[in-house]
Amino acid sequence: MNPVNYLYLAGLLFTIGASGVLIRRNAIVLFMCVELMLNASNLALVTFSRLHGNLDGQIIAFFTMVVAAAEVVVGLAIIVSIFRTRHSASVDDSNLMKL
Amino acid sequence: MNALALTGATSTGEAVQFWILAVIAVGGALGMLLMRKAVHSALCLAATMIALAVCYMAQGAVFLGVVQVVVYTGAIMMLFLFVMMLVGVTSEDSLKEQLKGQRFAAVFCGLGFGVLLIAGIANAKLDHFTGLADANAEGNVQGLARLIFTKYVWAFEVTGALLITAAIGAMVLTHREHVKAPSTQRELAAQRVKDNIQVPPMPAPGVYARHNAVDVPGLLPDGSIAEDSVMATLRERGQIRDVSQEMLQRMAELEETTADWLGRPSSARPPVAPPEQRRALQKVPTAKSPSAEEGSE
Amino acid sequence: MNSLIPLLVAAPLAGAALLLLGGRRLDRFGHWLATAFAALSFAFGLALLASMLGRETAERQVDVNLFSWIPVNGFQADVGFQLDQLSITFVLLITGVGTLIHLYSVGYMAHDERRRRFFAYLNLFLAAMLLLVLADNYLLLYVGWEGVGLASYLLIGFWQHKPSAATAAKKAFLVNRVGDMGLSIAIMLMFAEFGSFAFGPLLGSEGTAGAVGQASEGKLTAIGLMLLLAACGKSAQVPLQSWLGDAMEGPTPVSALIHAATMVTAGVYLITRSASIFNLAPDAQTTVVVVGAVTLIFGAIVGCAKDDIKKALAGSTMSQIGYMILAAGLGPIGYVYAIMHLVTHGFFKAGLFLGAGSVMHGMNDEVNMRHYGGLRKYMPVTFVTFGLGYLAIIGFPGLSGFFSKDKIIEAAFAKGGTEGWILGGVTLLGAAITAFYMTRVMLLTFFGEKRWQPDAEGHEPHPHESPSTMKIPMIVLAFGSVFAGGLFTLNSSFLHWLEPVTGHAEGDSPLSPLTVTLITTLCMVAGVAVSYLMYGRSPVPVVPPVGSALTRAARRDLLQDDFNHAVLVRPGSALAAALVYFDSRGLDGFVNGLAATIGGVSSRLRRIQNGYVRSYALSMFGGTLVLVATTLLMRSV
Repeated sequence: MNPVNYLYLAGLLFTIGASGVLIRRNAIVLFMCVELMLNASNLALVTFSRLHGNLDGQIIAFFTMVVAAAEVVVGLAIIVSIFRTRHSASVDDSNLMKL
Repeated sequence: MNALALTGATSTGEAVQFWILAVIAVGGALGMLLMRKAVHSALCLAATMIALAVCYMAQGAVFLGVVQVVVYTGAIMMLFLFVMMLVGVTSEDSLKEQLKGQRFAAVFCGLGFGVLLIAGIANAKLDHFTGLADANAEGNVQGLARLIFTKYVWAFEVTGALLITAAIGAMVLTHREHVKAPSTQRELAAQRVKDNIQVPPMPAPGVYARHNAVDVPGLLPDGSIAEDSVMATLRERGQIRDVSQEMLQRMAELEETTADWLGRPSSARPPVAPPEQRRALQKVPTAKSPSAEEGSE
Repeated sequence: MNSLIPLLVAAPLAGAALLLLGGRRLDRFGHWLATAFAALSFAFGLALLASMLGRETAERQVDVNLFSWIPVNGFQADVGFQLDQLSITFVLLITGVGTLIHLYSVGYMAHDERRRRFFAYLNLFLAAMLLLVLADNYLLLYVGWEGVGLASYLLIGFWQHKPSAATAAKKAFLVNRVGDMGLSIAIMLMFAEFGSFAFGPLLGSEGTAGAVGQASEGKLTAIGLMLLLAACGKSAQVPLQSWLGDAMEGPTPVSALIHAATMVTAGVYLITRSASIFNLAPDAQTTVVVVGAVTLIFGAIVGCAKDDIKKALAGSTMSQIGYMILAAGLGPIGYVYAIMHLVTHGFFKAGLFLGAGSVMHGMNDEVNMRHYGGLRKYMPVTFVTFGLGYLAIIGFPGLSGFFSKDKIIEAAFAKGGTEGWILGGVTLLGAAITAFYMTRVMLLTFFGEKRWQPDAEGHEPHPHESPSTMKIPMIVLAFGSVFAGGLFTLNSSFLHWLEPVTGHAEGDSPLSPLTVTLITTLCMVAGVAVSYLMYGRSPVPVVPPVGSALTRAARRDLLQDDFNHAVLVRPGSALAAALVYFDSRGLDGFVNGLAATIGGVSSRLRRIQNGYVRSYALSMFGGTLVLVATTLLMRSV
């Protein structure tokens, strides 16, 4: 088997995650889709690390995880505060970006 | 298999493992995408992440595989579940798409993007895999540590600052400041009398032994439910468990049994009314209540 | 003494300002105030005349430079006055007749609630007219020219509640604009050609040649024709004559002062003042003569047909100014007689108008002469003064008109050659028609039986003599009508008086003066006789008979309005309609279409900004898709 298959898998997962962001309306699920996209890119980075034979790819994947953790913390806090004020976790209910 | 990963070639074992993991990962991802309930989506995503963790390990990234399990599956997914509990565990997307053409466009873009990505990967010259034998010579963790604390030390420090900032940001966002002193019992009572809307205490929930729970509303004398008796959060989520019809039916059975035992003539017995259709709640969305019962039972 | 010259203008101007700004508290005595200011100006004029008579002929012209008006590099406009024999003649006519008419108006307008405003306008007119005749350059003259136009507009439309008066005022204003355009173009031409428009350097004074001497004849002809256009507009000469008849909608004192005695003669003043230009441009002069001759006959014919006493007199005014323009067009042989006829005409025509006003005053503002008749017994003073004016205008021997008109006819013959015969014939014909229509007015108004009609409210007229404030000016003007001509002709005093300014040349007349006088008198007698046969012998019908085609046309002012309407108004309206169509459909259509297109596109684009975060995410994802596709394509190419 060619390790390139890992890259195909990563691409597939990334695409599914992106479609999920577009389709799902629950803000939490939306966030989970973003996490899936990040994980897919991590998989690609790990595979590239193996391709090139150095660990830099893994380091970047590691940093991605840390940043993702930080992002999730802040994002969920935002979801909670939105839910408190609007009593809904649906992103469609808060079309406040329109004037 | 690990040894093979180090050299860049793949064994049959890894191939088998990959196909199994790939199916699990893609299935989990699709499940997350298609499940209506957020909890189910989260569980599907956890499965995908575990599968990915194994993939990392298979490719010689042992440390990352462990971190993946600990941080993602262990911490982040749990955080998701926590928030879900806070927001309402049973809340789910309605099936109706409100944005015209959004679903179609999303599927179209997704397919197109996937095709392009895969075509791009297929076109790339990726035939030679170096393998991590040299890089992992003194161990994966040691290798990573050498890089993190030398080449990437500045990024590492900055990441630490980012995490601290995120933690403080989350606290600030979720913290509620009291803009005025909280009202005392006396003030609340005075306010209630002044408003003259609900002067006596709210009716208590869970008036029957079988269902002595906060999501069971009290019944009014005519058998309808007292919506006020359920706490506002549950009402908001549509998580009222309406047992009034069931109760009335059981009361009727009880009356019947008592009458049988006392040997009353049928004329003296109260008429057995057929179960009525309960009137629609005015403030509470009732469409979700059957699934709410399912979810909790 | 010369410092009095600006005061001549300032006095009536101050009166106008005082009356207009003073408000209602001046209502009680404002008219006397205005009359006093006019009289003050007249007194200044008399003082200046006395001063001028005390000097040698060569030193009579006085220049006063008041201040520099528009000092720009290469363009110098001053406010300065030039008082010479021509100016002082006009000053005395304007202020003298003006004061009399102020006095008359005190009685005539006694019951008008806007009397103060009326007198303010009259004073304003006096100031503007004096500025016109005293200015020492064409630009300042233009200010006065526009000023009298404004005063004329305000006074014609004084009874603005009558739609006919408002329309007449607008008509006068618009027609005058055409002439004013001529004057402004003439001034521009002068500035372009000579770099100046002051009388001194341009026209030259006595003995010294002005700048016009160096200019080519073509340019001078152009300037002359433009000045003639201006004169036509202001003096109601063909083809800009149409406004004068309608201007009779104004109060009668206004008709007497502005539209008979003074303002309408401004054209004659302009041509006489510009004598140096016209003398060097024979073509322009010929045009002036033709215009004068045509208007002379035109006005006379119109005057014959009108039943409205004021409009008949207006036709007569037009005709008499035609005489003056004709005389002015004859060149040095005619200038003096043009001005002389102007002055005598100022007396007798003002007197006639005041008499007409007096008749109307007594007849419930009736203007139709067919509803008069037999008034001589009821208004003896008016009858006598009007009669003297009548005798003066028809040229009854010994009265003013006789002398001045006779001189013009002589000058016309003196033009020489075929032209002289034609012009002489025309002027003689004019004299005969004048006698005819004035006799008609006289007979219809004061003789015959009563044809009085009740007015609109059913009041029977009770003719009565007017108050003394109205009688006195009429009597004074009657004196002028009788004696002015004789005084001027005695020892050729007026000729000697004006000659230094206008120059004079004796023509080469084929007929002796005595012959001309005899023929003129015969023509006059013939006109009177025909008129008497038509209107004096038999009763006059109250309803006018249908009459001949010429009569019907003359009743409609010889179709002047129809002509203007067909030639100017209709094409103008069509052009305007076409422009409106082009503007609304073409330009607006394009602009609105553009705006609508952009608006439509924008409102469609706006839907993209729906505020839903997923929609934005879709856009980003679509963008990424395009980006990736492009990258791959570029790499594969």
